[in-house]
Amino acid sequence: MDPSLSASDIASSTKPLSEASSPPVMDLLSEPASEASSAPMVDLLMEPASEGSSAPMVDILSEPASEASSAPMVDLLMEPAREGSSAPMVDLLMEPASEASSAPMMNLLMEPASEASSAPMMNLLMEPASDDLKEPPKPDIDPLADILNDTPLSEVKTPVAAMPQETPSDLFDDEPSELFAEPRQSNTAKQQQTSIFDEPDEDLFSEPLGEASKNPQNDFFKEALAPVAKASNVCGPLSDNYNEHPTDIFTEEAMTTLPSAVSTVSVNSKTNGVHSDEEEPDIFAEATVELSLDSPRNDRKKKGAAKPSAPAPAPSVSASASKPQPKTLEELEEEVEDKFELNISITNPEKVGDGMNAYMAYKVSTQTTLPMFRSKTFTVRRRFSDFLGLYEKLSDKHTPNGYIVPPPPEKSIMGMTKVKVGKEDNSSAEFVERRRAALERYLQRVVFHPSLLQDPDVREFLERDDMPRAHNTQALSGAGFLKMINRATDSLSKMTIKMNESDVWFEEKLQEVEAEDQQLRKLHIMVDSLVGHRKELSVNTGGFAKSVAMLGSSEDNTALSRALSQLAEVEDKMEQLHQEQAASDSFCFAELLADYIRLLGSVRASFDQRMKTWQRWQDAQNMLQKKRETEAKLLWANKPDKLQQAKDDITEWEAKVTQYERDFDRVSATVRKEVLRFEKEKARDFKKQIIKYLESLLQSQQQLIKYWEAFLPEAKAIA
Amino acid sequence: MWLTHVVLCQGLDDGPDFLSEEDRGPRAVNVDLQTDATLQVDISDALSERDKVKFTVHTKSTLPNFKQNEFSVVRQHEEFIWLHDSFVENEEYAGYIIPPAPPRPDFDASREKLQKLGEGEGSMTKEEFTKMKQELEAEYLAIFKKTVAMHEVFLCRVAAHPVLRKDLNFHVFLEYNQDLSVRGKNKREKMEDFFKNVVKSADGVLVAGVKDVDDFFEHEKTFLLEYHNRVKDASAKSDRMIRSHKSAADDINRIASTLYTLGTQDSTDVCKFFLKVSELFEKTRKIEARVAADEDLKLADLLKYYLRESQAAKDLLYRRGRALVDYENANKALDRARAKNKDVLQAETSQQVCCQKFEKISESAKQELIDFKTRRVAAFRKNLVELAELELKHAKGNLQLLQSCLGVLKGDT
Repeated sequence: MDPSLSASDIASSTKPLSEASSPPVMDLLSEPASEASSAPMVDLLMEPASEGSSAPMVDILSEPASEASSAPMVDLLMEPAREGSSAPMVDLLMEPASEASSAPMMNLLMEPASEASSAPMMNLLMEPASDDLKEPPKPDIDPLADILNDTPLSEVKTPVAAMPQETPSDLFDDEPSELFAEPRQSNTAKQQQTSIFDEPDEDLFSEPLGEASKNPQNDFFKEALAPVAKASNVCGPLSDNYNEHPTDIFTEEAMTTLPSAVSTVSVNSKTNGVHSDEEEPDIFAEATVELSLDSPRNDRKKKGAAKPSAPAPAPSVSASASKPQPKTLEELEEEVEDKFELNISITNPEKVGDGMNAYMAYKVSTQTTLPMFRSKTFTVRRRFSDFLGLYEKLSDKHTPNGYIVPPPPEKSIMGMTKVKVGKEDNSSAEFVERRRAALERYLQRVVFHPSLLQDPDVREFLERDDMPRAHNTQALSGAGFLKMINRATDSLSKMTIKMNESDVWFEEKLQEVEAEDQQLRKLHIMVDSLVGHRKELSVNTGGFAKSVAMLGSSEDNTALSRALSQLAEVEDKMEQLHQEQAASDSFCFAELLADYIRLLGSVRASFDQRMKTWQRWQDAQNMLQKKRETEAKLLWANKPDKLQQAKDDITEWEAKVTQYERDFDRVSATVRKEVLRFEKEKARDFKKQIIKYLESLLQSQQQLIKYWEAFLPEAKAIA
Repeated sequence: MWLTHVVLCQGLDDGPDFLSEEDRGPRAVNVDLQTDATLQVDISDALSERDKVKFTVHTKSTLPNFKQNEFSVVRQHEEFIWLHDSFVENEEYAGYIIPPAPPRPDFDASREKLQKLGEGEGSMTKEEFTKMKQELEAEYLAIFKKTVAMHEVFLCRVAAHPVLRKDLNFHVFLEYNQDLSVRGKNKREKMEDFFKNVVKSADGVLVAGVKDVDDFFEHEKTFLLEYHNRVKDASAKSDRMIRSHKSAADDINRIASTLYTLGTQDSTDVCKFFLKVSELFEKTRKIEARVAADEDLKLADLLKYYLRESQAAKDLLYRRGRALVDYENANKALDRARAKNKDVLQAETSQQVCCQKFEKISESAKQELIDFKTRRVAAFRKNLVELAELELKHAKGNLQLLQSCLGVLKGDT
């Protein structure tokens, strides 16, 4: 933990305030904080550049990994690798940490004036708070929403549940009840609302909550994430009484929460949890504690972030606080999969209506043990555009957050027209079956996605009898859909050039995805060609069979004639066999590839989304830079009238930068998680399908053997 | 550039084993009855140059006509054609089914493909290119061997024929160790051939319309007409079937190599899976290609041969029919001459000549047609049995591959 290292890191990434700023921060933490009144605080917030002491503050706020927190934070954020944590951790570390420091602080900044105590609290915890808040500028709602929406949220949530208990007891004795009641409500409310939670079951919530009441401290330590812990700390005082509590923020926190942290540290190493909870106190209060705890925290973060929502079983052991967590998200998901049963099948495609207005309706049957559904089995009828509509809704909601939303099969005007015209031939039956299967797989992918399953639209789609007709699905279907993917791909590649990728993982993954996409496309073309040739082979074998039968009938040697007609029969069967094989080439193999080509499109879209948020962050940073320059100029020119405006601008943009960065981190984490999930699914799917495919091949070989074995004596009987 | 040299006796082993297992020589279509040891002919070697193939014709004989017991000469396709044509033109052989001439070596398609491959070299990976090249070379080699086989079959048929084996031209062909300096037909001759064919087919219709006095020949005529058409159809259909079979095998091959590329992208579990499947497909496509090649060899080539042989038999019937018509005409002419009492002797002579010719043809033709049938049945039997056995062998091989691969894959998951 050497400051010089971190300082240099900062210097490279941010502005050269670093060294100079840390002393003031220490000051802030130790001296001013203790005597601080609201005024300096406001100053800090309002005139960052004008006052020496405030500058670092601003830095803290705008750049989470900045000087004030330099030692611990920077380490956390910038050098996870040096700490021995692996590369992918960077992201994980970044996210909670940055959010941790920024989110609450944002609040501080945004709501200098005292507010109803509940409001900020609400703010932190749930989105609806926006109504209550008149003053806070928008950015503050979003980040909160963000906090709530993404993974760390799950971490956030539990701590919050625990916090209220602690905070009041520690910090204020006056309004504990309020604090208690509200956050917890909001928690539970949120649980149902947000789709983030992997486990719909009570487990997660009930456990921490229960524990929270029993043993808030432990819970807090084990689970809580820094941001919220701090947030509530910071927020509580703020909302309570702004004039008094700044002191609390810095001193009391250090005294109250930290002590506990310290004590736990010394007693046993369970401190990990504490620490993450207490990033803020760390930052502000005791560098020493931080130093000593830094690496354990990294550990914890690693694990905690990797699987934020896992309910930690043993509250009091730190080693275990970090160890019970190593279960990865995936494992968790598997557990979840084990816990409930959800079978979805699509059957009975039925033509509804006539002529060009005709459409196919499918029976969507669900069978589940999930409590979130009204009953165990239910059935609805859906048409193709409903599926597209569902995708559209899900995509609108989840793609911006970096989720990989499974795409539905493309609209096929050709295929559908045939069906509409009412030709009852093979190809239209095949088309309907192919689509049915594709829709089924699509829907299964959706419900297998832990986050998407929680989406009310999914539930509505599965349950609701009278589904409002989906509109504007046209744009998404067929060529339009492909175009969209292509566009996304284009802009993606353009952006890649611009993006100075901070995380090698993403770079490599994206390349992998692109290479894979290419190969899969190639493979798909070939499998299609195989299907075509196999069908051709089937037709030609049929032709040959007839021809041989004719030859046999004109052959005047009886035994040879008989053998030839037997051969014709064998070839007839082979025709059938080839046809079946072509169908399984197509259904087992080609369709799988088509699915994954589409899915890779979604994967790329999620990478694209990450890039977009990065771009937005960068733009905001540039803007902030400009604003600062403007301010500096104004200062130089000594124009105090405009100075205020400039400062406001800076504040605003600082907030935006922080928020966008957090967005980026959050989206990055989601993308990473999603990609890992996707890959796992992919491996499973491919194995399953290809094995199925090979089995079909095996079967046709067995049939083949049977046919030729029956023929052989006939051939031998020719005399 | 294109020099393929195949020593058929030993060389087959280093070729792609298209034929190696089945027969050591490319005796694709065995259409002959037992050959006796007094005259054995085979093609021991062949050399493919740019646009011609040089066959080394190897003869082993105890016949006194030959200076040595064993000797070899180099012959080209044109010389085979010359030999065949000399049989056809020989009136003496009108009563025999002249063994059909071997088809012209045709490497154009294969060569064209190879050229295309060379052009497309930049657009594919090195592995793909190598693979494709190997495939095409294998294909070329297969065609080459088939060509050789067809020529050999022709010679064997002649050598096995009781009359034709004594033909002087044939002996020259086998023994004369210089170029026979036969040239390809020039334009005029080709035109003549064409007209001859037109006349012949028009005449054939005419002749075919004549009711035969002999039930055997009447039956053979109807049979061969129908048979020829059907075997033609079957041959074309089998070609198409085999072609699509080959395309499917090629697809599997490409799928295998793409899977391989997919599998080598990184070393995750799924990639290993891909590699295994790729390996499997690589093997199964080899088997599929073999199935197609064997069907080609055992089925398509058989049908093709009988397409030509039945044409030769038809030609025999035509010649007989022609002789019959001539004979009848001569009879009529004799009657007229007697009625007019003019040129009776001349008419009698010509009537006798025609009668003799017709009877001679009929006599040998009957035996020839009976032989043709026996040969045909035997050849079909042999080939169909072999076909079934090969199909079984390949299907079982495939099955085993699939089973073991599935075992491994399932064990993994």
